[in-house]
Amino acid sequence: MADVAATAAGRRWRKPPLIKNANLRWGLYIGAAVYFILASYSILVEVNWQRVYEGLPRGAKFVGGFFPPFPFANIIETGGFEELAAQRLIDIGDGLIESLTMTVTSTVIGILISVPIGLGAARNIAPMPVYLLCRGIIAISRSFQEVIIAIFFVAMFGFGPFAGMLTLSFATIGFLSKLLAEDIESMDPGQAEAIRATGSRWPQWINYGVQPQVMPRLIGLSLYRLDINFRESSVVGIVGAGGIGSTLLTAFDRYEYSTAATILLIIIGIVFFAEYSSGKIRARLQ
Amino acid sequence: MPVRVEAEVKVWQRRDRNKQLAIWGGWFAGVLLFVFCWQIISGNTTWFFVWDSPRIAADIASRMVPPRWEYIYKIWDPLWDTINIATLGTVLALCMAVPVAFLAARNTTPSAYIVRPVALFIIVASRSINSLIWALLLVSIIGPGVFAGTIAIALRSIGFCSKLLYEAIEEIDHTQVEAIEATGASRWQIMAYGIVPQIMPAFAGISVFRWDINIRESTVLGLVGAGGIGLQLSSSLNILAWPQVTLILIAILATVLVSEWVSAKVRHAII
Repeated sequence: MADVAATAAGRRWRKPPLIKNANLRWGLYIGAAVYFILASYSILVEVNWQRVYEGLPRGAKFVGGFFPPFPFANIIETGGFEELAAQRLIDIGDGLIESLTMTVTSTVIGILISVPIGLGAARNIAPMPVYLLCRGIIAISRSFQEVIIAIFFVAMFGFGPFAGMLTLSFATIGFLSKLLAEDIESMDPGQAEAIRATGSRWPQWINYGVQPQVMPRLIGLSLYRLDINFRESSVVGIVGAGGIGSTLLTAFDRYEYSTAATILLIIIGIVFFAEYSSGKIRARLQ
Repeated sequence: MPVRVEAEVKVWQRRDRNKQLAIWGGWFAGVLLFVFCWQIISGNTTWFFVWDSPRIAADIASRMVPPRWEYIYKIWDPLWDTINIATLGTVLALCMAVPVAFLAARNTTPSAYIVRPVALFIIVASRSINSLIWALLLVSIIGPGVFAGTIAIALRSIGFCSKLLYEAIEEIDHTQVEAIEATGASRWQIMAYGIVPQIMPAFAGISVFRWDINIRESTVLGLVGAGGIGLQLSSSLNILAWPQVTLILIAILATVLVSEWVSAKVRHAII
């Protein structure tokens, strides 16, 4: 080895760099440095530090809203439960129910639509025109944020959870179809061929040759998507598509930081629970 | 193997009766839940608007074409802001995510009973609150602008990056760490020479992947006042300037596709 001679001459060993090509490495370093100076400058020059300073007490108030969360804080402050506080709790409950129902329906509808699209987007079982069409649908659904889609659906279907449900279903298609299609493309062709050799028709072929191979992963992905849909259902409300997001937006608009903190804690709790249980179910399935 | 006797002939079945019933019950409960949820949704929906929607959709579509191409001179700036929000947000997030990941990984955490749960809570809290909600919060605390958006993206990304990173740390090959340990290295040297080189490819992959997601998310932050192209989008929507909306959507689509291509290329080069 050439290195040995150099080491023998007394050179210190150094860690090998991540990027081997020295020109590329230094080019990347310098480019990154220039970009960061430019980008940081263009961001920091706009900051109104006076405003930031004024906002800090508000931030402290928000953080204070977590300890203790609003229903308990209200009881401690007033010694009892006011009517207004009860009304707020009802609002939170309504938003939560809307979010949860939206999550369930949108996941079910999303799965129902994304299975055929996923089949169509798998290169090994779909003809070229169908493949391109389905890939196009997936690309559109994946590139736009849920909120942008929600704006359009709210404009079309009016305010309320229906628009939110459609948004989440649409977003589910991009996620689930893409991963399902990739799974089908990487399946074992031997099994599918064996079914075909028995003289099966196309639906039978899909049902007995393809479906058993991708089913465990499809169930796992659906559970994961259920999680994501709940998380997303908390934001589509910001543009008027129902759910806990609209309750949260109202709380922020009224500067009711303790209510907002309660809602956030509830969201964190539900997400944690959902993630934990879906992880357990997925571990059992796979 | 479950076998049913029918007219003295044994018939093979895939499942025995109890299992069959359990599966049927599961489906029944699922359908029941769906119908129940559907009822609630449909109760909160104004169906008149829904039936009217094809007409409205056609109306919006006819207003949206052709896009107003001259407007593109006004969206270069917000686009630059959007990319900055995503990039600097990712960098900030990574700075905070690395320590959290080391504290959360089972094999590097200083204490599994006190520090690890705290780190895990940080991860869950950051992951479960959407960047738009973080932005909503930060806009009301530090005022509207790009800065709030950057912090929002950073706070949201900590969880994602730390989660993937700590999983990578837990999966490292322990013999390499032991080899460094055997040379009498200190705690930090073990980290720098035993652990870091092993997780470096994962780290690079995660950061590029999250950057790609952040580009997508930073396009909407403007809707709550946190800067970027979303600000332009929401003002165009507010004045019903649909041709401008089309152009902005095209710009977003192009940015997202480019970032996805870059991230795929980089990840391909790393792995």
